[in-house]
Amino acid sequence: MQIQRDVMTYDFVVVGAGPAGLAFAIRLKQLAPEKTVCILEKGSQVGAHILSGCVMDPIAMDRLLPDWRKHPPAICVPAAKDEFVLLTKTGRVRLPTPPQMHNRGNFIVSLGSLCAWLATQAEGLGVDVFPGFSAAVPLIEGGKVIGVRCGDMGLQKDGTPGPNFAAGADIHAGVTVLAEGCRGSVSKRLIKEFQLDRDCSPQTYGIGLKELWRVPAGRVQPGLIQHSIGWPLDTKTYGGSFLYHLDQDRVYVGFVAGLDYEDPEFKPFEAFQQFKNHPSVKALLEGGEIQAAGARTIVEGGIQSLPKLEMPGAILIGDAAGTLNVPKIKGVHLAMRSGMLAAKHLTESGTSAGFDARWRTSPCAKELRKVRNIRPGFRWGMWVGLVNAAIETATFGLLPWTLKNHADWSNLKKKGRIENHVDYVERTLPPRDRLASVYFAATSHDEHQPAHLKVSDTNICATKCAEEFDNPCTRFCPANVYEMVEDAGKKRLQINAANCVHCKACDIKDPYEIITWTTPEGGSGPNYQNL
Amino acid sequence: MKILVGMKRVVDFNVRIQVKKDGSGVELAGVKLGLNPFDEIALEEALRIREKGMQAEVIALSIGPADVQQQLRTALAMGADRAVLVETADAVQPLMAARILLEMAKRENADLVILGKQAIDDDCNQTGQMLAALWDRPQATFASAVELKDKTLKVTREVDAGLEVIEVDLPAVVTTDLRLNTPRFVKMPDIMKAKSKPLATVKLAELNVAAAPALEAVSYAAPVPRKGGHKVESVQALVKELHDRGVLS
Repeated sequence: MQIQRDVMTYDFVVVGAGPAGLAFAIRLKQLAPEKTVCILEKGSQVGAHILSGCVMDPIAMDRLLPDWRKHPPAICVPAAKDEFVLLTKTGRVRLPTPPQMHNRGNFIVSLGSLCAWLATQAEGLGVDVFPGFSAAVPLIEGGKVIGVRCGDMGLQKDGTPGPNFAAGADIHAGVTVLAEGCRGSVSKRLIKEFQLDRDCSPQTYGIGLKELWRVPAGRVQPGLIQHSIGWPLDTKTYGGSFLYHLDQDRVYVGFVAGLDYEDPEFKPFEAFQQFKNHPSVKALLEGGEIQAAGARTIVEGGIQSLPKLEMPGAILIGDAAGTLNVPKIKGVHLAMRSGMLAAKHLTESGTSAGFDARWRTSPCAKELRKVRNIRPGFRWGMWVGLVNAAIETATFGLLPWTLKNHADWSNLKKKGRIENHVDYVERTLPPRDRLASVYFAATSHDEHQPAHLKVSDTNICATKCAEEFDNPCTRFCPANVYEMVEDAGKKRLQINAANCVHCKACDIKDPYEIITWTTPEGGSGPNYQNL
Repeated sequence: MKILVGMKRVVDFNVRIQVKKDGSGVELAGVKLGLNPFDEIALEEALRIREKGMQAEVIALSIGPADVQQQLRTALAMGADRAVLVETADAVQPLMAARILLEMAKRENADLVILGKQAIDDDCNQTGQMLAALWDRPQATFASAVELKDKTLKVTREVDAGLEVIEVDLPAVVTTDLRLNTPRFVKMPDIMKAKSKPLATVKLAELNVAAAPALEAVSYAAPVPRKGGHKVESVQALVKELHDRGVLS
């Protein structure tokens, strides 16, 4: 059947209404109001799929919208005090806060609310923002990206059009701006198609889990920023926690674990829940209630994993490329600045060519180059990592080497090869399990649509993977999407795609690279609020 | 003919409702708002009547603060010909809504008013019935099928005992049940077209409608969480436990 598609033409199409894409569109309209630009956002509204810590360095906001402090977004608490601690199972040791992690002058924000706020600014400048429309695939013609095709709506389980079928439109644009964030599905295809990662290390990632709590009055100290390392992770696994104190007795609690972990039995969700039950954290949360929860992967590769940022007809900005500063635990300012630089470049030159070189000579690249060896040093464990970080910091990143990264999935050791280090406590705080947690993400997918998680060979699951890795997908997924179930005496993989919170961990960590995350029907997925 | 469709903005159905700390209402800060799903069904039905070849004008009407325009734009993108917002910052109770709708139905000379059977925020299920009474016109509530023949409307109603088929003369009020239809997806070019469709705003004070808050909300509270169950060892233990709790005597 020939599907009739609407075609819409813009000067620029942006994929993803996150900080990078919105900053791009706003700056573009400031520089060249006559240019047309639209933003596609797969979430049901702007911010619905955005989850971040988030302590923001305001440098980019100050430059993009100098008046922003007069009408700040909904959640915006000035940073007051930093604490950096090492946790043991029952204890807590205060460490000096690393210089990159000082937050004077920064703000604790909800990145979702900030993006919703930015989207209003963008619309005011004449940007067409389309929430609920996903960019499903890139459109390539004659070796050049000419736009994107939006996902079809109303497909049935078998992939055929249902009674309410609406074909996704084709958006043609002079330049396509990929601002999908970490492990974007269109970006991934284009990085492969144009071999943009040919000369760099593989990208590496972490998985972040986060909850918003309202706790009994008097416990929260607005502006307090607490980070921890150590328990419940063993020293070989990279990661740590955050507690960001907001106003109105609210607190963000979260945990990030490097996806380069080796133990196939490791459960990031459980590590997070364990952290919450540490005596020092439990005292803060007990008696409170969860208001929202979710999970999202973050890029950790640094500048040595950054692909080429341009290809004919398209560019990568923000975490779709991987501009996050890991030691600083901040990416918003760099994502926005890459978007603003892209807007400047495209208004001046009108073409994607030259953007990569331009970014690499920018202050953002300098910021990343300086800290490039810190995260990879943790490959040898927490203690070596900390010493290496101190040396790298003291020498301003001037040491003549650059440590390489390895793909996260390749670090997974076969089952039984790892001594089990877990030293966990009995948990009492909610949520009980991942399903109870997904409830707080308010995720929804029409169950009639085809599963958007594609596993190319499910035979591997019950055989090779079960033997070698004990099906790690059933553990690394924070939303319990993957389950091995018994069917007539045989095990098979069951995909509960409707639970998916679009974190992309499966696309990254599956050891056989057989899971591909694709976009479901536009508007599906989590409905994060204030995260 | 003119079809007037009521579109209420409510807290989106995906949102986990949270009661304000002081119990004075439901938390709305930073909460996603959208069209009441039953009203989307109402609009879809109006569009289908028009698409069946009837000479019909579909008017989407909402009551609320100025930014409800955003939701009315969605209604226009779905296919409404024009939209009217009756602007008020105050909460509107069913009787008030019915009076406003009556005024607008008269102004517009509407032949048919289609409303959702209820809004998913207050679940009142009253406005349609009140409007029919005030207007002194027939009502066909809980519609799961609608067929228009000249000046009569054959409506299949979902009632407790099954389905009931009635015929009403126009003008009339229809309220929609879930099975009436599945609303269409909004298409991107239609969102662009909707930006230039007419959207009029009328201040509530300009309408000849008496404000009459008939209901007073005393307090709001979340349902008491269900206590977890536990397993008992034997039938005897179960019987004993039921006795102890006064379930069995």
